[in-house]
Amino acid sequence: MDITLRKAASRTLRHVLIIALGLLMIYPVVWLVSSSFKPNTLIFSEPGLWPKEVTLDNYINGWRGLQGVSFARFFSNSAIIAILCVLGNVVTCSLAAFAFARLRFKFSKFWFAMMLVTIMLPYHVTLVPQYIIFNELHWINTYYPLVLPKWLATDSFFILLMVQFIRGIPRELDESATIDGCGLKQTYARIILPLLVPALITTAIFSFIWSWDDFFSQMIYLSDIRLFTVQLGIRSLFDPTGQSDWGALLAMSTLSLVPITAIFLIFQRYFLEGIATTGLK
Amino acid sequence: MRTTRRSLAAEQNRTAYLFLLPWLIGFFMLTAGPMLGSLYLSLTEYKLLTPPTWIGLDNYIRIFTDDSTFTGSLWLTFKYVFISVPLRLVFALLVAMALNRGIRALGIYRTVYYVPSLLGGSVAIAIVWRQIFAGDGVVNDFLGWFGITAPSWISHPDYIIYTIITLSVWQFGSAMVIFLAGLKQIPADLYEASQIDGAGKLRQFFRITLPMLSPVIFFNLIMSIINSFQAFTPAFVIGDGRGGPLDATMFYTLYLYLKGFSFFDMGYAAALAWIMLIIIGLFTAIVFATSRYWVFYGDEKGGK
Repeated sequence: MDITLRKAASRTLRHVLIIALGLLMIYPVVWLVSSSFKPNTLIFSEPGLWPKEVTLDNYINGWRGLQGVSFARFFSNSAIIAILCVLGNVVTCSLAAFAFARLRFKFSKFWFAMMLVTIMLPYHVTLVPQYIIFNELHWINTYYPLVLPKWLATDSFFILLMVQFIRGIPRELDESATIDGCGLKQTYARIILPLLVPALITTAIFSFIWSWDDFFSQMIYLSDIRLFTVQLGIRSLFDPTGQSDWGALLAMSTLSLVPITAIFLIFQRYFLEGIATTGLK
Repeated sequence: MRTTRRSLAAEQNRTAYLFLLPWLIGFFMLTAGPMLGSLYLSLTEYKLLTPPTWIGLDNYIRIFTDDSTFTGSLWLTFKYVFISVPLRLVFALLVAMALNRGIRALGIYRTVYYVPSLLGGSVAIAIVWRQIFAGDGVVNDFLGWFGITAPSWISHPDYIIYTIITLSVWQFGSAMVIFLAGLKQIPADLYEASQIDGAGKLRQFFRITLPMLSPVIFFNLIMSIINSFQAFTPAFVIGDGRGGPLDATMFYTLYLYLKGFSFFDMGYAAALAWIMLIIIGLFTAIVFATSRYWVFYGDEKGGK
Protein backbone atom coordinates (compact mmCIF):
# COMPACT_ATOMS: atom_id res chain seq x y z
CA MET A 1 0.00 0.00 0.00
CA ASP A 2 2.76 2.37 1.00
CA ILE A 3 4.77 1.56 -2.09
CA THR A 4 1.83 2.06 -4.46
CA LEU A 5 1.10 5.38 -2.77
CA ARG A 6 4.65 6.53 -3.23
CA LYS A 7 4.58 5.41 -6.83
CA ALA A 8 1.39 7.33 -7.46
CA ALA A 9 2.86 10.41 -5.82
CA SER A 10 6.01 10.28 -7.89
CA ARG A 11 3.98 9.74 -11.04
CA THR A 12 1.83 12.76 -10.25
CA LEU A 13 4.89 14.85 -9.54
CA ARG A 14 6.41 13.82 -12.85
CA HIS A 15 3.18 14.69 -14.62
CA VAL A 16 3.00 18.09 -12.98
CA LEU A 17 6.61 18.85 -13.92
CA ILE A 18 6.03 17.82 -17.52
CA ILE A 19 2.94 20.01 -17.77
CA ALA A 20 4.66 22.97 -16.10
CA LEU A 21 7.63 22.73 -18.45
CA GLY A 22 5.24 22.39 -21.39
CA LEU A 23 3.48 25.61 -20.40
CA LEU A 24 6.83 27.37 -20.09
CA MET A 25 7.80 26.12 -23.55
CA ILE A 26 4.66 27.34 -25.20
CA TYR A 27 4.52 30.63 -23.27
CA PRO A 28 6.51 32.81 -25.71
CA VAL A 29 4.25 31.75 -28.58
CA VAL A 30 1.10 32.41 -26.57
CA TRP A 31 2.52 35.77 -25.47
CA LEU A 32 3.10 36.69 -29.11
CA VAL A 33 -0.42 35.78 -30.19
CA SER A 34 -2.11 37.45 -27.22
CA SER A 35 -0.03 40.63 -27.48
CA SER A 36 -0.83 40.95 -31.16
CA PHE A 37 -4.48 41.51 -30.20
CA LYS A 38 -3.76 44.13 -27.54
CA PRO A 39 -3.82 47.86 -28.20
CA ASN A 40 -0.29 49.25 -28.50
CA THR A 41 -0.46 50.97 -25.12
CA LEU A 42 -1.31 47.76 -23.28
CA ILE A 43 1.29 45.41 -24.82
CA PHE A 44 4.01 46.21 -22.32
CA SER A 45 2.00 47.53 -19.41
CA GLU A 46 -0.38 44.59 -19.04
CA PRO A 47 1.45 41.39 -18.17
CA GLY A 48 -1.57 39.06 -18.31
CA LEU A 49 -2.03 36.81 -21.31
CA TRP A 50 -5.75 37.39 -21.66
CA PRO A 51 -6.21 40.81 -23.28
CA LYS A 52 -8.60 43.09 -21.38
CA GLU A 53 -9.31 44.86 -24.58
CA VAL A 54 -9.18 43.05 -27.91
CA THR A 55 -8.41 44.94 -31.07
CA LEU A 56 -7.71 44.06 -34.68
CA ASP A 57 -6.02 47.41 -35.36
CA ASN A 58 -2.56 45.86 -35.21
CA TYR A 59 -3.45 43.49 -38.01
CA ILE A 60 -4.98 46.26 -40.11
CA ASN A 61 -2.01 48.59 -39.55
CA GLY A 62 0.56 45.87 -40.06
CA TRP A 63 -1.04 44.48 -43.20
CA ARG A 64 -0.51 47.86 -44.90
CA GLY A 65 3.19 46.99 -44.87
CA LEU A 66 5.73 49.64 -45.68
CA GLN A 67 6.49 52.07 -48.47
CA GLY A 68 3.16 51.29 -50.11
CA VAL A 69 3.81 47.56 -50.40
CA SER A 70 1.43 45.49 -48.33
CA PHE A 71 2.03 42.25 -46.53
CA ALA A 72 -0.21 40.51 -49.07
CA ARG A 73 2.67 40.99 -51.49
CA PHE A 74 5.27 39.72 -49.00
CA PHE A 75 3.20 36.62 -48.27
CA SER A 76 2.65 35.78 -51.91
CA ASN A 77 6.37 36.33 -52.63
CA SER A 78 7.35 33.98 -49.80
CA ALA A 79 4.83 31.41 -50.98
CA ILE A 80 6.07 31.52 -54.59
CA ILE A 81 9.68 31.03 -53.49
CA ALA A 82 8.81 28.25 -51.06
CA ILE A 83 6.67 26.33 -53.56
CA LEU A 84 9.34 26.54 -56.27
CA CYS A 85 11.92 25.30 -53.75
CA VAL A 86 9.68 22.41 -52.72
CA LEU A 87 9.14 21.31 -56.33
CA GLY A 88 12.84 21.60 -57.11
CA ASN A 89 13.91 19.50 -54.15
CA VAL A 90 11.27 16.84 -54.68
CA VAL A 91 12.07 16.40 -58.38
CA THR A 92 15.86 16.64 -58.50
CA CYS A 93 16.65 14.96 -55.17
CA SER A 94 14.44 11.98 -56.01
CA LEU A 95 16.16 11.62 -59.40
CA ALA A 96 19.59 11.61 -57.78
CA ALA A 97 18.45 9.31 -54.99
CA PHE A 98 17.10 6.75 -57.48
CA ALA A 99 20.46 6.68 -59.27
CA PHE A 100 22.40 6.29 -56.00
CA ALA A 101 20.12 3.66 -54.50
CA ARG A 102 19.31 1.48 -57.51
CA LEU A 103 21.62 1.97 -60.50
CA ARG A 104 25.11 0.68 -61.19
CA PHE A 105 27.38 3.26 -62.73
CA LYS A 106 31.00 4.23 -62.91
CA PHE A 107 32.45 6.09 -59.91
CA SER A 108 29.18 5.67 -58.02
CA LYS A 109 31.02 5.25 -54.68
CA PHE A 110 33.01 8.41 -55.28
CA TRP A 111 29.95 10.52 -56.11
CA PHE A 112 28.06 9.10 -53.16
CA ALA A 113 30.92 10.07 -50.85
CA MET A 114 30.95 13.58 -52.35
CA MET A 115 27.23 13.83 -51.74
CA LEU A 116 27.71 12.88 -48.07
CA VAL A 117 30.46 15.47 -47.66
CA THR A 118 28.30 18.28 -49.02
CA ILE A 119 25.69 17.60 -46.32
CA MET A 120 28.11 18.78 -43.67
CA LEU A 121 29.55 21.66 -45.64
CA PRO A 122 28.74 25.07 -44.16
CA TYR A 123 26.84 27.29 -46.59
CA HIS A 124 29.20 30.21 -45.99
CA VAL A 125 32.18 28.63 -47.69
CA THR A 126 30.42 28.80 -51.06
CA LEU A 127 28.55 32.00 -50.31
CA VAL A 128 30.91 34.65 -51.72
CA PRO A 129 31.60 32.99 -55.10
CA GLN A 130 27.92 32.10 -55.46
CA TYR A 131 27.05 35.73 -54.90
CA ILE A 132 29.61 36.76 -57.51
CA ILE A 133 28.24 34.28 -60.04
CA PHE A 134 24.66 35.42 -59.48
CA ASN A 135 25.80 39.03 -59.62
CA GLU A 136 27.54 38.43 -62.97
CA LEU A 137 24.33 36.88 -64.28
CA HIS A 138 22.41 40.00 -63.09
CA TRP A 139 20.29 37.82 -60.85
CA ILE A 140 20.52 40.03 -57.77
CA ASN A 141 16.97 41.11 -56.92
CA THR A 142 15.49 38.07 -58.63
CA TYR A 143 14.39 34.78 -57.09
CA TYR A 144 16.82 32.67 -59.12
CA PRO A 145 19.56 32.65 -56.44
CA LEU A 146 17.03 31.35 -53.91
CA VAL A 147 15.29 28.80 -56.13
CA LEU A 148 17.81 27.55 -58.70
CA PRO A 149 20.05 25.74 -56.15
CA LYS A 150 17.05 23.60 -55.15
CA TRP A 151 16.54 22.62 -58.80
CA LEU A 152 20.16 21.47 -58.80
CA ALA A 153 19.67 19.23 -55.77
CA THR A 154 22.11 21.11 -53.56
CA ASP A 155 20.18 20.14 -50.39
CA SER A 156 21.88 16.75 -50.41
CA PHE A 157 20.35 15.95 -47.05
CA PHE A 158 17.15 15.05 -48.82
CA ILE A 159 19.02 12.82 -51.28
CA LEU A 160 20.35 10.80 -48.37
CA LEU A 161 16.88 10.63 -46.81
CA MET A 162 15.42 9.25 -50.04
CA VAL A 163 18.34 6.87 -50.71
CA GLN A 164 17.73 5.29 -47.33
CA PHE A 165 14.03 5.08 -48.02
CA ILE A 166 14.49 3.50 -51.47
CA ARG A 167 16.89 0.93 -50.03
CA GLY A 168 14.00 -0.25 -47.88
CA ILE A 169 11.83 -0.94 -50.94
CA PRO A 170 12.18 -4.62 -51.99
CA ARG A 171 14.26 -5.04 -55.13
CA GLU A 172 11.91 -7.76 -56.35
CA LEU A 173 9.48 -5.02 -57.29
CA ASP A 174 12.03 -3.46 -59.67
CA GLU A 175 12.93 -6.85 -61.07
CA SER A 176 9.37 -7.87 -61.80
CA ALA A 177 8.84 -4.48 -63.42
CA THR A 178 11.86 -5.12 -65.64
CA ILE A 179 10.47 -8.54 -66.60
CA ASP A 180 7.20 -6.87 -67.47
CA GLY A 181 9.14 -4.68 -69.87
CA CYS A 182 9.62 -1.51 -67.82
CA GLY A 183 12.73 0.48 -68.63
CA LEU A 184 14.71 2.18 -65.88
CA LYS A 185 12.89 5.46 -66.32
CA GLN A 186 9.55 3.72 -66.05
CA THR A 187 10.72 1.82 -62.98
CA TYR A 188 11.52 5.17 -61.40
CA ALA A 189 8.25 6.79 -62.37
CA ARG A 190 5.85 3.87 -61.87
CA ILE A 191 7.39 1.77 -59.10
CA ILE A 192 9.73 3.84 -56.97
CA LEU A 193 8.07 7.26 -56.98
CA PRO A 194 4.65 6.08 -55.75
CA LEU A 195 6.28 4.12 -52.93
CA LEU A 196 8.56 7.03 -52.08
CA VAL A 197 5.65 9.35 -51.27
CA PRO A 198 6.21 9.47 -47.47
CA ALA A 199 9.83 10.54 -47.98
CA LEU A 200 8.73 13.04 -50.63
CA ILE A 201 6.25 14.56 -48.20
CA THR A 202 8.93 14.85 -45.51
CA THR A 203 11.20 16.53 -48.05
CA ALA A 204 8.44 18.87 -49.18
CA ILE A 205 7.57 19.91 -45.62
CA PHE A 206 11.11 20.69 -44.58
CA SER A 207 11.95 22.38 -47.89
CA PHE A 208 8.97 24.64 -47.37
CA ILE A 209 9.88 25.56 -43.80
CA TRP A 210 13.57 26.11 -44.50
CA SER A 211 12.77 28.27 -47.48
CA TRP A 212 10.12 30.23 -45.57
CA ASP A 213 12.60 30.93 -42.74
CA ASP A 214 15.69 31.43 -44.88
CA PHE A 215 16.26 35.00 -43.74
CA PHE A 216 19.99 35.07 -44.49
CA SER A 217 19.87 34.32 -48.23
CA GLN A 218 16.78 36.44 -48.74
CA MET A 219 18.51 39.39 -47.13
CA ILE A 220 21.61 38.98 -49.26
CA TYR A 221 19.87 38.62 -52.60
CA LEU A 222 16.80 40.84 -52.25
CA SER A 223 16.83 44.57 -51.65
CA ASP A 224 13.90 45.70 -53.81
CA ILE A 225 10.97 46.07 -51.44
CA ARG A 226 8.46 44.74 -53.99
CA LEU A 227 10.38 41.44 -53.95
CA PHE A 228 10.55 41.24 -50.16
CA THR A 229 9.54 38.10 -48.33
CA VAL A 230 7.59 37.88 -45.08
CA GLN A 231 10.80 37.56 -43.04
CA LEU A 232 12.31 40.64 -44.68
CA GLY A 233 9.05 42.54 -44.26
CA ILE A 234 8.97 41.84 -40.53
CA ARG A 235 12.62 42.75 -40.11
CA SER A 236 11.96 46.06 -41.86
CA LEU A 237 8.98 46.86 -39.64
CA PHE A 238 11.30 46.38 -36.70
CA ASP A 239 13.71 49.14 -35.85
CA PRO A 240 16.22 47.89 -33.27
CA THR A 241 17.41 51.37 -32.29
CA GLY A 242 14.28 53.46 -32.21
CA GLN A 243 10.56 53.08 -31.84
CA SER A 244 8.75 50.36 -33.71
CA ASP A 245 5.01 49.95 -34.05
CA TRP A 246 5.10 46.93 -31.76
CA GLY A 247 1.47 46.03 -32.23
CA ALA A 248 1.79 45.84 -36.00
CA LEU A 249 5.10 44.04 -35.71
CA LEU A 250 3.71 41.36 -33.41
CA ALA A 251 0.57 40.97 -35.51
CA MET A 252 2.60 40.33 -38.67
CA SER A 253 4.97 38.07 -36.73
CA THR A 254 1.98 36.01 -35.63
CA LEU A 255 0.73 35.74 -39.21
CA SER A 256 4.19 34.74 -40.42
CA LEU A 257 4.04 31.64 -38.23
CA VAL A 258 0.61 30.55 -39.47
CA PRO A 259 1.65 28.72 -42.68
CA ILE A 260 4.34 26.69 -40.91
CA THR A 261 2.05 25.82 -38.03
CA ALA A 262 -0.72 24.79 -40.40
CA ILE A 263 1.62 22.50 -42.34
CA PHE A 264 2.83 21.02 -39.09
CA LEU A 265 -0.67 20.28 -37.85
CA ILE A 266 -1.75 18.73 -41.16
CA PHE A 267 1.34 16.59 -41.68
CA GLN A 268 2.27 15.91 -38.05
CA ARG A 269 2.75 12.20 -38.60
CA TYR A 270 5.30 12.73 -41.38
CA PHE A 271 7.12 15.32 -39.33
CA LEU A 272 7.72 13.22 -36.28
CA GLU A 273 8.58 10.13 -38.33
CA GLY A 274 10.88 12.16 -40.55
CA ILE A 275 12.74 13.60 -37.59
CA ALA A 276 12.94 10.33 -35.74
CA THR A 277 14.30 8.32 -38.67
CA THR A 278 16.69 10.84 -40.15
CA GLY A 279 17.44 13.46 -37.55
CA LEU A 280 16.01 16.39 -39.47
CA LYS A 281 15.87 19.54 -37.45
CA MET B 1 24.39 -12.59 -74.97
CA ARG B 2 27.53 -10.99 -73.62
CA THR B 3 27.15 -7.97 -75.88
CA THR B 4 23.59 -7.38 -74.73
CA ARG B 5 24.67 -7.58 -71.13
CA ARG B 6 27.43 -5.10 -71.78
CA SER B 7 25.10 -2.78 -73.61
CA LEU B 8 22.63 -3.08 -70.74
CA ALA B 9 25.35 -2.01 -68.32
CA ALA B 10 26.27 0.86 -70.59
CA GLU B 11 22.66 1.90 -70.82
CA GLN B 12 22.33 1.78 -67.06
CA ASN B 13 25.45 3.88 -66.75
CA ARG B 14 24.06 6.46 -69.14
CA THR B 15 20.67 6.56 -67.45
CA ALA B 16 22.29 6.92 -64.04
CA TYR B 17 24.25 9.96 -65.15
CA LEU B 18 21.11 11.38 -66.70
CA PHE B 19 19.33 11.06 -63.37
CA LEU B 20 22.31 12.57 -61.59
CA LEU B 21 22.68 15.44 -64.03
CA PRO B 22 20.96 18.16 -61.97
CA TRP B 23 22.90 17.15 -58.89
CA LEU B 24 26.20 17.02 -60.81
CA ILE B 25 25.65 20.49 -62.29
CA GLY B 26 24.81 21.79 -58.82
CA PHE B 27 27.81 20.05 -57.34
CA PHE B 28 30.26 21.62 -59.80
CA MET B 29 28.64 25.03 -60.28
CA LEU B 30 27.35 25.75 -56.77
CA THR B 31 29.45 23.64 -54.39
CA ALA B 32 32.85 22.40 -55.56
CA GLY B 33 33.52 25.29 -57.95
CA PRO B 34 32.58 28.04 -55.48
CA MET B 35 34.55 26.28 -52.73
CA LEU B 36 37.73 26.48 -54.78
CA GLY B 37 36.68 29.94 -55.88
CA SER B 38 36.46 31.16 -52.32
CA LEU B 39 39.84 29.59 -51.54
CA TYR B 40 41.29 31.60 -54.42
CA LEU B 41 39.46 34.79 -53.43
CA SER B 42 40.70 34.41 -49.86
CA LEU B 43 44.21 34.94 -51.26
CA THR B 44 43.21 38.16 -53.00
CA GLU B 45 41.91 41.58 -52.27
CA TYR B 46 38.53 41.81 -53.91
CA LYS B 47 35.91 44.53 -53.52
CA LEU B 48 33.44 43.36 -56.18
CA LEU B 49 33.85 46.42 -58.43
CA THR B 50 37.50 45.97 -59.39
CA PRO B 51 39.06 42.63 -60.39
CA PRO B 52 40.72 40.65 -57.57
CA THR B 53 44.42 41.34 -56.92
CA TRP B 54 46.65 38.57 -55.57
CA ILE B 55 47.96 39.29 -52.07
CA GLY B 56 48.96 35.78 -50.96
CA LEU B 57 48.32 35.04 -47.32
CA ASP B 58 47.82 38.68 -46.32
CA ASN B 59 44.14 38.24 -45.44
CA TYR B 60 44.92 35.33 -43.15
CA ILE B 61 47.85 37.15 -41.56
CA ARG B 62 45.66 40.19 -40.91
CA ILE B 63 42.89 38.02 -39.48
CA PHE B 64 45.16 36.23 -37.02
CA THR B 65 47.43 39.06 -35.98
CA ASP B 66 45.56 42.30 -36.42
CA ASP B 67 41.83 41.74 -36.06
CA SER B 68 40.41 41.86 -32.57
CA THR B 69 36.84 41.65 -33.90
CA PHE B 70 37.71 38.25 -35.41
CA THR B 71 39.12 36.96 -32.12
CA GLY B 72 36.14 38.33 -30.22
CA SER B 73 33.60 36.83 -32.59
CA LEU B 74 35.36 33.47 -32.56
CA TRP B 75 35.31 33.29 -28.75
CA LEU B 76 31.71 34.45 -28.65
CA THR B 77 30.71 31.73 -31.10
CA PHE B 78 32.67 29.10 -29.14
CA LYS B 79 30.93 30.20 -25.97
CA TYR B 80 27.56 29.94 -27.68
CA VAL B 81 28.28 26.48 -29.11
CA PHE B 82 29.82 25.05 -25.94
CA ILE B 83 27.04 26.21 -23.66
CA SER B 84 23.99 25.80 -25.86
CA VAL B 85 24.74 22.43 -27.50
CA PRO B 86 25.32 20.41 -24.28
CA LEU B 87 22.42 22.13 -22.51
CA ARG B 88 20.07 21.45 -25.39
CA LEU B 89 21.06 17.79 -25.59
CA VAL B 90 20.85 17.23 -21.83
CA PHE B 91 17.40 18.81 -21.71
CA ALA B 92 16.27 16.78 -24.69
CA LEU B 93 17.45 13.56 -23.07
CA LEU B 94 15.92 14.27 -19.66
CA VAL B 95 12.53 15.21 -21.06
CA ALA B 96 12.57 12.28 -23.48
CA MET B 97 13.23 9.92 -20.57
CA ALA B 98 10.45 11.45 -18.50
CA LEU B 99 8.03 11.11 -21.41
CA ASN B 100 9.15 7.58 -22.22
CA ARG B 101 8.03 6.10 -18.91
CA GLY B 102 4.49 5.59 -20.07
CA ILE B 103 2.42 8.72 -19.94
CA ARG B 104 -1.09 9.44 -21.08
CA ALA B 105 -1.49 11.78 -24.06
CA LEU B 106 2.18 11.45 -25.03
CA GLY B 107 1.36 12.83 -28.49
CA ILE B 108 0.19 16.17 -27.06
CA TYR B 109 3.32 16.68 -24.95
CA ARG B 110 5.54 15.70 -27.83
CA THR B 111 3.81 18.27 -30.02
CA VAL B 112 4.03 21.01 -27.40
CA TYR B 113 7.73 20.38 -26.86
CA TYR B 114 8.37 20.24 -30.58
CA VAL B 115 6.65 23.54 -31.46
CA PRO B 116 9.66 25.69 -30.43
CA SER B 117 11.93 23.79 -32.84
CA LEU B 118 9.38 24.35 -35.54
CA LEU B 119 9.05 28.09 -35.06
CA GLY B 120 12.36 29.01 -33.45
CA GLY B 121 14.26 29.77 -36.66
CA SER B 122 11.98 32.61 -37.69
CA VAL B 123 12.53 36.33 -37.37
CA ALA B 124 9.20 36.52 -35.52
CA ILE B 125 10.39 34.44 -32.56
CA ALA B 126 13.70 36.30 -32.39
CA ILE B 127 11.69 39.52 -32.04
CA VAL B 128 9.56 37.95 -29.29
CA TRP B 129 12.77 36.96 -27.52
CA ARG B 130 14.08 40.48 -27.72
CA GLN B 131 10.88 41.71 -26.14
CA ILE B 132 10.42 39.22 -23.31
CA PHE B 133 14.03 39.64 -22.21
CA ALA B 134 13.89 43.44 -22.38
CA GLY B 135 14.29 45.56 -19.25
CA ASP B 136 10.52 45.84 -18.86
CA GLY B 137 9.87 42.42 -20.35
CA VAL B 138 8.04 39.40 -19.01
CA VAL B 139 11.14 37.67 -17.66
CA ASN B 140 11.94 40.58 -15.42
CA ASP B 141 8.29 40.87 -14.33
CA PHE B 142 8.54 37.26 -13.24
CA LEU B 143 11.83 37.80 -11.40
CA GLY B 144 10.25 40.86 -9.80
CA TRP B 145 7.74 38.63 -7.97
CA PHE B 146 10.69 37.17 -6.09
CA GLY B 147 12.07 40.60 -5.36
CA ILE B 148 14.88 40.32 -7.88
CA THR B 149 15.58 43.42 -9.90
CA ALA B 150 17.31 42.16 -13.01
CA PRO B 151 19.03 44.22 -15.67
CA SER B 152 17.81 44.56 -19.23
CA TRP B 153 19.13 41.32 -20.63
CA ILE B 154 19.27 42.49 -24.20
CA SER B 155 20.99 45.83 -23.78
CA HIS B 156 23.74 44.65 -21.45
CA PRO B 157 26.78 43.34 -23.38
CA ASP B 158 27.57 40.75 -20.70
CA TYR B 159 24.13 39.16 -20.68
CA ILE B 160 22.73 39.33 -24.21
CA ILE B 161 24.59 36.18 -25.22
CA TYR B 162 22.61 34.26 -22.61
CA THR B 163 19.28 35.34 -24.06
CA ILE B 164 20.48 33.98 -27.40
CA ILE B 165 21.59 30.76 -25.69
CA THR B 166 18.15 30.36 -24.05
CA LEU B 167 16.56 30.72 -27.47
CA SER B 168 18.70 27.85 -28.69
CA VAL B 169 18.10 25.63 -25.66
CA TRP B 170 14.37 26.34 -25.91
CA GLN B 171 14.44 24.48 -29.22
CA PHE B 172 15.43 21.15 -27.71
CA GLY B 173 12.28 19.50 -29.08
CA SER B 174 13.71 18.12 -32.31
CA ALA B 175 16.56 16.39 -30.47
CA MET B 176 14.03 15.13 -27.94
CA VAL B 177 11.93 13.49 -30.64
CA ILE B 178 15.04 11.70 -31.92
CA PHE B 179 15.96 10.55 -28.40
CA LEU B 180 12.41 9.40 -27.80
CA ALA B 181 12.57 7.21 -30.91
CA GLY B 182 15.96 5.90 -29.74
CA LEU B 183 14.67 5.08 -26.26
CA LYS B 184 11.84 3.03 -27.73
CA GLN B 185 14.42 0.85 -29.49
CA ILE B 186 16.07 -0.25 -26.24
CA PRO B 187 14.79 -3.75 -25.39
CA ALA B 188 12.93 -3.77 -22.07
CA ASP B 189 14.49 -7.10 -21.04
CA LEU B 190 17.84 -5.36 -20.63
CA TYR B 191 16.37 -3.34 -17.79
CA GLU B 192 14.56 -6.33 -16.34
CA ALA B 193 17.71 -8.45 -16.36
CA SER B 194 19.78 -5.73 -14.72
CA GLN B 195 17.10 -5.19 -12.09
CA ILE B 196 17.33 -8.86 -11.15
CA ASP B 197 21.09 -8.42 -10.88
CA GLY B 198 20.42 -5.60 -8.42
CA ALA B 199 21.34 -2.57 -10.51
CA GLY B 200 19.87 0.76 -9.37
CA LYS B 201 18.28 3.43 -11.54
CA LEU B 202 21.47 5.46 -11.84
CA ARG B 203 23.53 2.42 -12.79
CA GLN B 204 20.93 1.43 -15.37
CA PHE B 205 21.13 4.90 -16.87
CA PHE B 206 24.92 4.83 -17.24
CA ARG B 207 25.23 1.16 -18.17
CA ILE B 208 22.20 0.67 -20.41
CA THR B 209 20.45 3.87 -21.50
CA LEU B 210 23.50 5.97 -22.36
CA PRO B 211 25.43 3.27 -24.26
CA MET B 212 22.34 2.16 -26.17
CA LEU B 213 21.57 5.77 -27.12
CA SER B 214 25.15 6.69 -27.97
CA PRO B 215 24.77 6.44 -31.78
CA VAL B 216 21.83 8.84 -31.60
CA ILE B 217 23.68 11.17 -29.25
CA PHE B 218 26.66 11.09 -31.58
CA PHE B 219 24.54 12.06 -34.57
CA ASN B 220 22.75 14.82 -32.63
CA LEU B 221 26.04 16.17 -31.32
CA ILE B 222 27.63 16.47 -34.77
CA MET B 223 24.61 18.11 -36.37
CA SER B 224 24.09 20.50 -33.42
CA ILE B 225 27.72 21.62 -33.47
CA ILE B 226 27.68 22.23 -37.21
CA ASN B 227 24.38 24.12 -37.07
CA SER B 228 25.24 26.17 -33.99
CA PHE B 229 28.45 27.44 -35.55
CA GLN B 230 26.35 28.87 -38.35
CA ALA B 231 23.74 30.59 -36.19
CA PHE B 232 22.83 33.94 -37.69
CA THR B 233 19.21 35.08 -37.39
CA PRO B 234 19.06 35.21 -33.56
CA ALA B 235 22.27 37.24 -33.33
CA PHE B 236 21.17 39.53 -36.11
CA VAL B 237 17.67 40.22 -34.80
CA ILE B 238 18.18 40.08 -31.03
CA GLY B 239 21.26 42.26 -31.36
CA ASP B 240 21.19 45.43 -33.40
CA GLY B 241 22.25 43.76 -36.65
CA ARG B 242 25.74 45.22 -36.49
CA GLY B 243 27.06 43.08 -33.66
CA GLY B 244 26.19 45.52 -30.89
CA PRO B 245 25.93 46.26 -28.04
CA LEU B 246 29.74 46.41 -27.92
CA ASP B 247 30.21 43.44 -30.27
CA ALA B 248 28.34 41.23 -27.80
CA THR B 249 26.26 39.73 -30.61
CA MET B 250 29.08 39.65 -33.17
CA PHE B 251 28.70 35.96 -34.02
CA TYR B 252 31.16 34.56 -36.52
CA THR B 253 28.63 34.40 -39.36
CA LEU B 254 27.45 37.92 -38.64
CA TYR B 255 31.02 39.22 -38.85
CA LEU B 256 31.48 37.34 -42.12
CA TYR B 257 28.26 38.82 -43.45
CA LEU B 258 29.21 42.37 -42.47
CA LYS B 259 32.69 42.05 -43.99
CA GLY B 260 31.41 40.57 -47.23
CA PHE B 261 28.10 42.28 -47.78
CA SER B 262 28.28 45.52 -45.82
CA PHE B 263 31.88 46.50 -46.53
CA PHE B 264 32.11 44.35 -49.67
CA ASP B 265 35.54 43.14 -48.62
CA MET B 266 34.90 39.82 -50.28
CA GLY B 267 38.42 38.42 -50.26
CA TYR B 268 38.53 38.90 -46.51
CA ALA B 269 35.08 37.34 -46.09
CA ALA B 270 36.18 34.34 -48.16
CA ALA B 271 39.19 33.89 -45.87
CA LEU B 272 36.86 34.03 -42.85
CA ALA B 273 34.67 31.38 -44.48
CA TRP B 274 37.61 29.05 -45.03
CA ILE B 275 38.75 29.45 -41.44
CA MET B 276 35.23 28.58 -40.35
CA LEU B 277 35.22 25.51 -42.59
CA ILE B 278 38.48 24.32 -41.06
CA ILE B 279 37.27 24.92 -37.50
CA ILE B 280 34.01 23.05 -38.11
CA GLY B 281 35.97 20.29 -39.86
CA LEU B 282 38.32 20.01 -36.87
CA PHE B 283 35.49 19.76 -34.38
CA THR B 284 33.71 17.16 -36.46
CA ALA B 285 36.95 15.21 -36.77
CA ILE B 286 37.50 15.34 -33.00
CA VAL B 287 33.99 14.06 -32.30
CA PHE B 288 34.46 11.31 -34.89
CA ALA B 289 37.88 10.36 -33.50
CA THR B 290 36.63 10.09 -29.93
CA SER B 291 33.47 8.28 -31.01
CA ARG B 292 35.05 4.84 -30.92
CA TYR B 293 35.50 5.22 -27.19
CA TRP B 294 31.94 6.16 -26.43
CA VAL B 295 29.67 5.22 -29.32
CA PHE B 296 28.39 1.65 -29.26
CA TYR B 297 26.58 0.02 -32.13
CA GLY B 298 24.23 -2.84 -31.42
CA ASP B 299 25.98 -5.30 -33.70
CA GLU B 300 29.27 -5.06 -31.82
CA LYS B 301 29.95 -7.90 -29.43
CA GLY B 302 29.89 -6.91 -25.78
CA GLY B 303 30.07 -3.13 -26.25
CA LYS B 304 31.17 -1.94 -22.86
